[in-house]
Amino acid sequence: MSDEVAVRIRDLKKSFDGKDYVLNGMNLDIPRGKVTSIIGFSGTGKSVLLKHILGILKPTSGTIEVLGRDLQKMSMPELIELRTKLGVSFQYSALFDDMTVMENVCFPLREHRFSLGQKQWEEIAARKLGQVGMESKHFHKLPSELSGGMRKRVALARALALDPEILLYDEPTTGLDPILTEVVDDLIHNTHKNHAGSTSVVVSHDLFAAFRLSDYIVMLDKGGVLLAGTQDEFHKSKNELVMKFLSKGLKQG
Amino acid sequence: MIQAWLRNRERINEAIDQTFVDLWEIFHKFFFDSGRACIFTWESVKTIFHRPFRIDEIFKHMEFVGNRSVLIIVLTSLFTGLALSYQIYLGFKLVNATNLVGPTVGLGIFRELGPVLTGLLVAARAGGAMAARLGTMRVSEQIDALEVMGVDPKQYLVGPRILATILVVPLLCAIFDFTAMMGAHFLCINVLGLDPAIFWDKIALWLNPGDIYQGMIKAAVFGLIFSAVCTNKGYYASGGAKGVGEATNQGVVNSMVLIIIVNSFMTNFIRFYYVMMGWQK
Repeated sequence: MSDEVAVRIRDLKKSFDGKDYVLNGMNLDIPRGKVTSIIGFSGTGKSVLLKHILGILKPTSGTIEVLGRDLQKMSMPELIELRTKLGVSFQYSALFDDMTVMENVCFPLREHRFSLGQKQWEEIAARKLGQVGMESKHFHKLPSELSGGMRKRVALARALALDPEILLYDEPTTGLDPILTEVVDDLIHNTHKNHAGSTSVVVSHDLFAAFRLSDYIVMLDKGGVLLAGTQDEFHKSKNELVMKFLSKGLKQG
Repeated sequence: MIQAWLRNRERINEAIDQTFVDLWEIFHKFFFDSGRACIFTWESVKTIFHRPFRIDEIFKHMEFVGNRSVLIIVLTSLFTGLALSYQIYLGFKLVNATNLVGPTVGLGIFRELGPVLTGLLVAARAGGAMAARLGTMRVSEQIDALEVMGVDPKQYLVGPRILATILVVPLLCAIFDFTAMMGAHFLCINVLGLDPAIFWDKIALWLNPGDIYQGMIKAAVFGLIFSAVCTNKGYYASGGAKGVGEATNQGVVNSMVLIIIVNSFMTNFIRFYYVMMGWQK
């Protein structure tokens, strides 16, 4: 069973001030090899959940298993090794602004594939940049010289550099225009298709994209899972909040 | 009447309680911040000795903190030397002791003004830049990105900055000392017409290398102080551009005040040590 689950979360609680719980006893399984979308209204703990999966935040209580390994029981070197199997595309791209596009994508390779050498790092980086549709004339530009969509592409190429088993996207289309939103959605879809066996987790409040992209959808509310299932299960749901979210979200989309 | 008095007393009690709560929060925040800064500095310094060694980063920051501060150090020190030696000349002229201008300026520069002004200037220039840079990286998720790429941000961003600063600030202090003495020399000899042989002979007689080393040690400690304070403030910045601005402001102000306070203690401590070792009377 555990082979089919990429991320297993049990009774996860998180409080920053000891009083209010952002995550309140969350149980969640993210299936391996599929695209899973985590959706919910603002302030329901989506980003906090993502940071727990990445091991940036430590839970107040509960367990998180990523690729079958309990994050709380891991030492720092083990956590670093596990993180090389995760690729993250951040909401605002989080590209290093003093490095060129090429240097940004080479960075994880330089850190974790040291033996390959400069020439091979650049070959791999150019391949990854090609996969996300970046032209070579942009390789030596700084992130500040790129458009929002291009930055997303570079961030995705950097996330792909180490051939991760799980790809996580934090609000990939927030703040983009409708056309660019579709381009980024296609990018996520194609990336998943091109990396056989990889798991994609998209954290978003864009319901339309979630329905278009995902095999499995998780809806959060009040620090817990309101509903987790396929698109059909969502459409059949009689839950008032789910129906409200569906009617508003799909109308907007 | 009695009820009104009781209500009034209740309000006063509440106000006193609130004052204690506020005071406690201020103390709590102060100790929390200080403790976190100490742990942060210790953890970051420890990472310098961990693999992979960030030699490139260390040299990059040495160039930024050191090389690019030379101009402001030279300018400031030259005019400090001019002004200080003129005031001391005016004072000593009253008691006909102008042959002591050289050593007095030298002692002031080497022991106190050199390291303190170098520390303050570089804290404002490089420390502010460090806090702003790390703060921006924090709020734009670049530090999170480093972490999830399996890179220890303290080792990559903070350790090299602290080490580079500790190595470079004493060298800047040496440049400060040299240029300030050149300024003093120019004013005393070329403008005021003192005898250069007496000027330098008295300096050689009254000063010893220990005075210069003392300034360099102080400069290294000030480098540690401002790099640690500013990187700490930037590293834990939050709240967008406003947060970065506040972190930079607090980083620079805190490190400047700390430098001046620590200088006073170090002066006494070093004096005590030198006397104990018999190097000074």
